[in-house]
Amino acid sequence: MLVLENVRKAYIEPSGEPLPILDVERFEIAAGEQVVLRGRSGCGKTTLLNCIAGLTTADSGTIMVNGRDVTKLPEATRDRFRATYIGFVFQTFNLLPAFTALENVMLGMTFTGSKPDAVRAAQLLTDVGLGHRLTHKPRALSVGEQQRVAVARALANRPVLLLADEPTANVDPAHQQHIIDLLRSACEQENIAMLLVTHSPEVSQQFSRVEELERVNRAARVA
Amino acid sequence: MSYFKIAWRNMQERALASSLTGLSMALGVALMVLVLVIHEVVVAQLSNDAQGYNFIVAGKGSPYEIVLTTVFHVGKPLYPIPWKYYQKFVDGEFAPYTDLAVPICLGDSYPTEDGQLFRVVGTTPDMFNELSYGADSQGNEKRYEFSSGRNFRQSHFFEAVIGSVAANRTGLKVGDRFQPSHGISAEGKKHDDFEVVGILAPTGTANDRALFVNVEGFLLLDGHARAAKTDAVAEPPIVVADAPPGQPAPLPISQREVTSILVRCNPEEMMAPMQIDMGVNKGDDLTAQAVAPVSVVERLQASFLAPMRLILLVLTVMIVIVAGISILVSIYNSMSERSHDIAVMRALGASRNAVMVVILVESILLSILGGLAGLVLGHGVLALASPVVEYYTGVTVRAWSFTWQETLLVPGLVAFAAVVGFLPALSAYRTDVAKTLGGAR
Repeated sequence: MLVLENVRKAYIEPSGEPLPILDVERFEIAAGEQVVLRGRSGCGKTTLLNCIAGLTTADSGTIMVNGRDVTKLPEATRDRFRATYIGFVFQTFNLLPAFTALENVMLGMTFTGSKPDAVRAAQLLTDVGLGHRLTHKPRALSVGEQQRVAVARALANRPVLLLADEPTANVDPAHQQHIIDLLRSACEQENIAMLLVTHSPEVSQQFSRVEELERVNRAARVA
Repeated sequence: MSYFKIAWRNMQERALASSLTGLSMALGVALMVLVLVIHEVVVAQLSNDAQGYNFIVAGKGSPYEIVLTTVFHVGKPLYPIPWKYYQKFVDGEFAPYTDLAVPICLGDSYPTEDGQLFRVVGTTPDMFNELSYGADSQGNEKRYEFSSGRNFRQSHFFEAVIGSVAANRTGLKVGDRFQPSHGISAEGKKHDDFEVVGILAPTGTANDRALFVNVEGFLLLDGHARAAKTDAVAEPPIVVADAPPGQPAPLPISQREVTSILVRCNPEEMMAPMQIDMGVNKGDDLTAQAVAPVSVVERLQASFLAPMRLILLVLTVMIVIVAGISILVSIYNSMSERSHDIAVMRALGASRNAVMVVILVESILLSILGGLAGLVLGHGVLALASPVVEYYTGVTVRAWSFTWQETLLVPGLVAFAAVVGFLPALSAYRTDVAKTLGGAR
């Protein structure tokens, strides 16, 4: 379902020298598989997620998602592809403050080209325990509730791949497990592959497949 | 969710900044509406003032002076011409081409205690019985009407009719008597008094601000008669039927003068306007001149009002441009704090064009809402001011009638907003998602 081959990415330092960030020979995740990716800060975890999502372009290599190479797609097509097939849960939730919880979830449906489904959005929020908070704006929600809205938004378009970038880092311990449970059960129910980046040993020990980025990413080993 | 709703929510989130920006646009548009409508009203009123007759015949002088003094009751009247000239239109050489001739005698005024000065005009009852002023929206001629009382009578020399504004401002009402002052100043000698027998309904013309007396009474006032010639042939006495007891005899024709004559051409004579024009302006007797008031008013509009309107419009357009720039500044300044939201939208799958459109829609919404508020505000101010303006000037301001230029405002604002919104929209377009979301490595 997700296959990376020979993916390389380097940033240019102020001195003009290239600084390799990613050098992935091969990395793959099967459909419905749940994988944890661990690694120290600065080893390229977020860049890897951004490359997979098409938010950053790799310098070389192929990134196949659901049978399509996202590196070969024109930008507008890649945006639409991301909206349709990839869900994203951020560390800082990234809810839009002007919109209610329901609208934030519907916003995730807006850019696929089909009409946002308010009923599904409300059901997703109900499933994450926020049926009574549909019309609340993010500032009126607790941190745990905000992340649950973000989870519902990521699932809104029935993606084939969910990218979660340290989704429990800003959530208090009491709610961490709830978020992980939510993500895992939703992915299992809808056969969504999940790549979850985390520093937390408590989280990673719950997954059968845990990858160290230094192993996957040769550039990280050098750094 | 539509781009419209996304833009609307963004505006709601920044309610104060959006309101202030919209308000500046509203004020600009309101000023533009005021300039357009007031100009339209003034032009319409000026045109109405000079309608109902084809020529004004008066002594030598500038055509502007003739129109200003006779039609608008402004300025110092020209020297009068002999009454016999008026008779040429009644039963003389111009009579076949004339449907109606109304004499106008000027030179007196009526000062109020609070320092206002209203012109006193000597004329005949035909002024209000026969003449019309302007036309209504269906093209029908408007006739003078009386809000109280009636027209003065030919046989009663000391009766008067007063305009609606003059009545409001002087406090005179039917049955009251007033004394005109000689000359156009409050210091003039007081004349005999006239009785108010009628108050004109508002016409929106300069006649609302004047007092009209029977020309026969006007001619009999001190200082209005020409000195009788010693070798003058005795005239037969003028008999006035139904004259009230004690009324003096009319002034002899040879001692009479008239300031101007309003002439309505005979509609059955195709060549009447040309005959009168040629006869008065190029005939043997060059005592007087005939001017067409409509063309003079058009020249007045073209010479004075049109440039003034242009200047005012340029100023208001500049105000709208400043308001537009404030939209640009407001949205552009917000871009740094909103770049994160834009990056999130991009991460959710919004294309660069989509986030650009959202910003443009926001700019257009602000402009349209501000513009519509400006339209309502402008016309609302006119509605509030209308009774006051009408009370003091007699000019009826139809607050909720729209000028055709206003229909261009909305498409104009959309285009303008798209231009001013382009820079912040471009900033949204160029947002680096990975960098903005903090994805360094």
